[in-house]
Amino acid sequence: MQIRDTIGGYGLASRLMHWLMAIAIVATFGLGLWMVGLDYYSPYYHAAPELHKSVGILLLIALVVRFAWRLANVRPDDDDLSPLERTAARVVHWGFYPLLLALMVSGYLISTADGRPIDVFGLFEVPSPGENKGLEDAAGAIHAWLSYVVIAVAAVHAAAALKHHVIDRGRSLSRMWSGPRSN
Amino acid sequence: MQLRLASVAMLAALAWPAAAPAADYTIDSKGAHASINFRVKHLGFSWLTGRFDTFTGTFSYDAKAPEAAKVSVEIDTASVSSNHAERDKHLRDADFLDVAKFPKATFVSKKVEPAGDGKAKVTGDLTLRGVTKEIVLDAEYIGGGADPWGGNRVGFAGTASLPLADFGITFNLGPASKEVELTLNVEGVENK
Repeated sequence: MQIRDTIGGYGLASRLMHWLMAIAIVATFGLGLWMVGLDYYSPYYHAAPELHKSVGILLLIALVVRFAWRLANVRPDDDDLSPLERTAARVVHWGFYPLLLALMVSGYLISTADGRPIDVFGLFEVPSPGENKGLEDAAGAIHAWLSYVVIAVAAVHAAAALKHHVIDRGRSLSRMWSGPRSN
Repeated sequence: MQLRLASVAMLAALAWPAAAPAADYTIDSKGAHASINFRVKHLGFSWLTGRFDTFTGTFSYDAKAPEAAKVSVEIDTASVSSNHAERDKHLRDADFLDVAKFPKATFVSKKVEPAGDGKAKVTGDLTLRGVTKEIVLDAEYIGGGADPWGGNRVGFAGTASLPLADFGITFNLGPASKEVELTLNVEGVENK
């Protein structure tokens, strides 16, 4: 089993992180949209935001690990893309990191603006960076907008991957699923 | 004889120092000797309290004619605080105060009916969330006179109970939480 990435494709670590994070990000977005409309007497009124925040913190940790892993690994080639596609793909791939980082940090700043920590599944707490009166409003507005931007970029990314797979008969989607063919 | 009259006047002045003449006052929000607090029952189990940190106001008051008093207060609704960032963010959004649309709440008195013993009913218009409704504040004179820094001050407390739905706040907080109690503590500094 190939763990690290090679010129020919993505290793197991990158593929696991890609798909687990993709699922978690989309699920957390849906959970976020749903939870803000809950009735006060819903049994999920507290549980849903707790889950949203816990998964969000885990995603933030995963994002840092994934970025470090990306830098520590060779980047699989994208020779089968046209120059325009290649530029677009790289902008989107690298763009995800700052977008997701800002999205997650802004979410963290909402809940910690009053000095309270974020509890992650009851396992550990992420402390507040310090009480910052009123920061929850700006952080909240940024968090909401960025969540739509991230999902929109993810939709473009998925559509491009599908187009490349189905129409161009390229290999990028299958190698993100099953790894480098050479192994 | 004239000397004696003057002494009587001086004595009188000493005897009733609190009977300040009619004057205009500015609520001391600068020095924060004033607060606007509210409380709502939580599930019917306890009181949830909060306050508005930013507001300004003025009043006029004559101890000899309290019925002529007038008061007006303007509240910055975004300054709501209940000591919990996530809840305060929710209180500011459209479910509650909708501060983006309605950044100000105001109270302007129309009538003051003294009820004796330093108490009065203050009727006025409260504008909250774009809705203007007449409310009655139960007001009480707390104290007044010269302060130690060369000015004159007088202070009051007022309370009112309001149905949230009257002001378009219909988010379901439960059957025990349909009313909010407002408490205003104001100390005015006499305008010079």
